[in-house]
Amino acid sequence: MLRTNLKHLETNEAIREALAEHENVVICCGRMGPMCVPVYCVLEELEREYAHVAFYDQDFDIPAAGFVRNLPECRSFMGLPFTVYFKNGQVAAATTSLQRKSQIEKILEAQFGKPAEMVKE
Amino acid sequence: MRTIENVVIAGSGPAGLTAAIYTARAALEPLVLEGHVPGGQLIVCHEVENYPGLANPISRIELMDRFRNQARRFGARFRSEMVENVEKRDGVFHLVTGSGTLETKTLVIATGAQARRLAIPTEPKFYGRGVSGCAVCDGPFFRDKEVLVVGGGNTAMQDAVFLTRFAAKVTIVHRREHLRATPIEVQKAKKNPKIEWMIPWIVEDILGTDSVEGVVLRNAKTRQTREVRCAGVFVAIGHDPKAEVFKNLVTTDEQGYIRIEADSTRTSMPGVFACGDICDAIYRQAVLAAGRGCMAAMDVERYLAGEK
Repeated sequence: MLRTNLKHLETNEAIREALAEHENVVICCGRMGPMCVPVYCVLEELEREYAHVAFYDQDFDIPAAGFVRNLPECRSFMGLPFTVYFKNGQVAAATTSLQRKSQIEKILEAQFGKPAEMVKE
Repeated sequence: MRTIENVVIAGSGPAGLTAAIYTARAALEPLVLEGHVPGGQLIVCHEVENYPGLANPISRIELMDRFRNQARRFGARFRSEMVENVEKRDGVFHLVTGSGTLETKTLVIATGAQARRLAIPTEPKFYGRGVSGCAVCDGPFFRDKEVLVVGGGNTAMQDAVFLTRFAAKVTIVHRREHLRATPIEVQKAKKNPKIEWMIPWIVEDILGTDSVEGVVLRNAKTRQTREVRCAGVFVAIGHDPKAEVFKNLVTTDEQGYIRIEADSTRTSMPGVFACGDICDAIYRQAVLAAGRGCMAAMDVERYLAGEK
């Protein structure tokens, strides 16, 4: 069970709904480990800024995590968490293990665009 | 209406939650800022088997739930926020958090520590491609491969033993001849036939193209260097204090730990108290953090009583 403030995806149905309802989706699939927790923290911070992106996490050990674990984009990954970025239901980018805030922001902006407030500036 | 809290506790590990239990019992109605991930360092460590009073090993999550439920039962309040900035104005501390500003008469800093990295330029490139800070999470990716564990503390010993379940060979690399780990953990590692030792060696570089293929080690005594082939490098070299946001408020030492007065939890700023791993560079144990949390709560009580 993940102890974060992100929304959790616990079933295959919930994954399908998330991908169907939102154009831009991030799913971070991991455990409560030292490489995973910093990524959840960054995603929680960014969730406030990127209103046009739906952020989720997922326990790596539940059956529904097979969806992320078995993605071809994650096949070579050797470290948790697996963080996958979806655009219109399709994988746009995927990363493995610890990522800095700047790395995550770079992917978010490249795949989903900047937050509305930043664009105005 | 303006609300000034009696005490805000930043952090939700054993130190912060013990401070919450004691200040709540003292009817100070503490507000705990739990951070994004409640539970502190304990939530990311192995199963806990040395916490006094618990005869059987306990899951880290269950232990922190017990702390939290106890604090809540006495009236502690919780918010999933972090302190982003703090300053003292007109005798009151103004804390900026993700959702706004809080005012408080006293502040307990119990934000703990975070895992230290090797600080080798190539290290981040290999996160998820052979370099890891979590044996439990990433060990299964290294089935039948040779891996290194870097470090000489309890975590390094536990990680090494755990990794022998998967890896063909585990080599513990430590920079000093003396191991910081407790004898019981060292013995477990020494008894394991799949574990080898390289002491005193230092990791100089990590080699590989797409993933880790080996490391360059340097002997700390002779300065001789050597390449060692391996597929994984597990880093367990200790922790750094999470005190960045408080550095303009209280005095820290050269390593970044908050300085406290002897036999107390008072910091250089009256009304601000620190406890747990944020001010403990040596012992870093949950039971000590809890004890220091208790001290912080009692120091808060005395400070507020004196203020009145």
